[in-house]
Amino acid sequence: MSDTDTIDAVLDRHHRNGTRLMQILRETQEQLGWLSPATLTIIAKAVAWPRAMVEGTADFYSFFHTRPLGRYRVLWSDNITDRMLGNTDLMESMCKKLWLEPGRVSEDGLVSVDTTSCTGMCDQGPAVLVNYRPITRMTPARVGEMVGLIRSETPVAKWPVEWFAVDDNIRRKDILLDHGLVAGQALAAALELGAEKMLAEIKAARLRGRGGAGFGTGLKWEACRNAEGHGAHPAHYVVCNADEGEPGTFKDRVLLTSYADLVFEGMSIAGLVVGAKKGLLYLRGEYHYLLDPLESALATRRQAGLLGANILGTSFEFDIEIHLGAGAYICGEESALIESLEGKPGRPRIRPPFPVTHGYLDQPTTVNNVETLAASCLIAAHGSEWYARHGTEKSTGSKLLSVSGDCERPGIYEYPYGVTVRQVLEDCGAGFGKCDCQAVQISGPSGLCLTAAEFDRRIAFEDIPTAGAFMVFDESRDMFEVARNFAHFFAHESCGFCTPCRVGTTLVRNLMDKIANRHGSPYDIDELFKLHRLMQGASHCGLGNSACNPIFDTLNKFRPAYERRLMSLDYEPAFDLDAALSQARQMTGRDDAAAHFSAHLPNEAEA
Amino acid sequence: MNDTFQLDGEDIPFAPGQTIMQAATAHGVYIPHLCWHPDFSAHGSCKLCTVKVNGRFGSSCITQAQPGLEVENRSMELDEKRRTLLQMLFVEGNHFCPSCEKSGNCRLQATAYELNMMSPHFDMFYPNRPVDASHPDVLLDFNRCIMCSLCVAASRDADGKNVFYMGGRGLLGRRVHISSESGHLGDTDFAVTDRAASICPVGVILPKRKGFAVPIGQRKYDLAPISEHVAEDAS
Repeated sequence: MSDTDTIDAVLDRHHRNGTRLMQILRETQEQLGWLSPATLTIIAKAVAWPRAMVEGTADFYSFFHTRPLGRYRVLWSDNITDRMLGNTDLMESMCKKLWLEPGRVSEDGLVSVDTTSCTGMCDQGPAVLVNYRPITRMTPARVGEMVGLIRSETPVAKWPVEWFAVDDNIRRKDILLDHGLVAGQALAAALELGAEKMLAEIKAARLRGRGGAGFGTGLKWEACRNAEGHGAHPAHYVVCNADEGEPGTFKDRVLLTSYADLVFEGMSIAGLVVGAKKGLLYLRGEYHYLLDPLESALATRRQAGLLGANILGTSFEFDIEIHLGAGAYICGEESALIESLEGKPGRPRIRPPFPVTHGYLDQPTTVNNVETLAASCLIAAHGSEWYARHGTEKSTGSKLLSVSGDCERPGIYEYPYGVTVRQVLEDCGAGFGKCDCQAVQISGPSGLCLTAAEFDRRIAFEDIPTAGAFMVFDESRDMFEVARNFAHFFAHESCGFCTPCRVGTTLVRNLMDKIANRHGSPYDIDELFKLHRLMQGASHCGLGNSACNPIFDTLNKFRPAYERRLMSLDYEPAFDLDAALSQARQMTGRDDAAAHFSAHLPNEAEA
Repeated sequence: MNDTFQLDGEDIPFAPGQTIMQAATAHGVYIPHLCWHPDFSAHGSCKLCTVKVNGRFGSSCITQAQPGLEVENRSMELDEKRRTLLQMLFVEGNHFCPSCEKSGNCRLQATAYELNMMSPHFDMFYPNRPVDASHPDVLLDFNRCIMCSLCVAASRDADGKNVFYMGGRGLLGRRVHISSESGHLGDTDFAVTDRAASICPVGVILPKRKGFAVPIGQRKYDLAPISEHVAEDAS
């Protein structure tokens, strides 16, 4: 099959529809290895979009390649939890064995090795993606074997099956994970109630969004239901946000692995309430391996009359489509996610208007978190009164926490809202006497960093709202390095739309690197505060607004971690003479003392 | 036009549907901006027009005017933030004003003068950005691009051509894509008479064979600061 035939087949499968561009690009790349200029021209013509628009999308997502990146692409998940499990050394040894620099493609075009943002395997890291398939629990031995398999050009499909095992690691179940419902039960109950009463139940249950912001789900559904579709194809849409990109979060992965029916059923209930016939599940590119099992779960539901026309013998019609993302944290923001669903770069929209009135294809759309939709099934099946008995006054129900880091039992913990941080630490084996817990980062880099003095605070919207990440750091961890890892994450994930975030996240990253390299001064700390104040108010969306949170938190709570790195000067010039000589050293192959500027000897530079 | 809001203590009348920026401009009051242009829909990306609306930060180009709003514009705090944003724009590109044909007519330079930006402050990034001389009549020098997207809007909405599109991600990735397989402007249907050819607020899109027709020192913003040119945007 020629390249053109391959592309044509993909285009036909997606009806040459530009809004399917993400899927067209991904499937084309899976077969051709990369997206060449000629490929993009063919696709642009076929979907009748300006070529620059197609290239703009291809260029935006980390998992699309507009240049060849090797037949084997190894991406090391680079969350702080992967770092704590030793991913840096493992990646370095892999690169050495392959005679490769990170980010570069080997000269024979065989392989490239690089880092990627958290892949959602924090409870079983260090993790990698090889050709976008996840491999967990990397060890030095696995690195050696993997290099052998790459060198011998063994297809990834023939690699040891156990490498690809992804465990659920469910450690504590509560009302959601112990739901006891059979497929169709909650949906049947919802159909019996009818759309209006079901909506009233959701409101009475006081269900709030599990993505972290805690917006009332009933209010959102009601606003979407009341908004009118417009234009030539008026419609309402339900979107399930499974772009679980917040580093340290992996509960949606587990829900989609072992509770997919509950998620699909929640989407169907949302469809019934808002008057949608179509639901879209936006699955993050890192969870590509879940696509086939999810598709077959959908097929089973269709056969059982739980999706499609005349659901459970009623006039209700609803079906679900899965869209795969391609490596962009920003797509977790609901309006960026919608842009991505429409085939465009994930750029947050100007709001208002909000998605509930102008969302997917400009139609009323409700975007809900995976866990929120699953929880709606409990309300349909057991009623709002029963549901509201769990949790607290303002945070009803339960919350899934993704626990990782320094603890004996990382994994998924479900608690009624209101649980203390201390209780979670006790249960996961990070309590006192087990490991000296220094800090917990809750809700990922954009969340909150808590010290031991705050461990009696509660997981609930009235105290600590969270999307579910719970990363534990013991006394041995350097909280400056935690914050620096997060600064690199935000600089990598900024979409680049607005000035403060595009430039600011990189300035913050550079300042943190400057301090790490022992060139910082109190002046640089003031600069970090200044950038925090600017980015927090002036950025276009939540990413830029919260990008400095981890810096701000750690500066306030772990100041000595910063200060012990500062030079004892008030001012240090940014120009580093020794660093400027590094290229000359590399070219001459020298690294002896005489090749360094006298004040910086090699072992000190590494310290 | 009976409704008004307050901008730095002054009553500004507005028509329903107008943004704070549109109403202020129509009234002859300058709010610093780079990516906004009266002829095109607001983009909201440069953030120079950030104001405080009832105590909360917001972009005046995308915030609807409402009766009774109290809006803070040219305060020390906001101008300080704007200076930092300008410094960010200067260091992320390669801006050498003395050798730039746009000097004196450049909105970035003029806004920096208006806001008393005295230095770039941050380390320069010195990005490696290409120059495109492939078109017979127009030169593109992306070293000066500030990602305002006005060329994208003008080519799409005024010229109906879609020659440009903003793509890529982050500081190093974000760039203007050109609609041809080679990526060269010369391989598109772009014309020097297009609206997009004259929309660039900085010196990226320049006509060829025309240089220094008006000497530096006698150009638009050399003669009067940018804040005194509001009437052009209002007309």
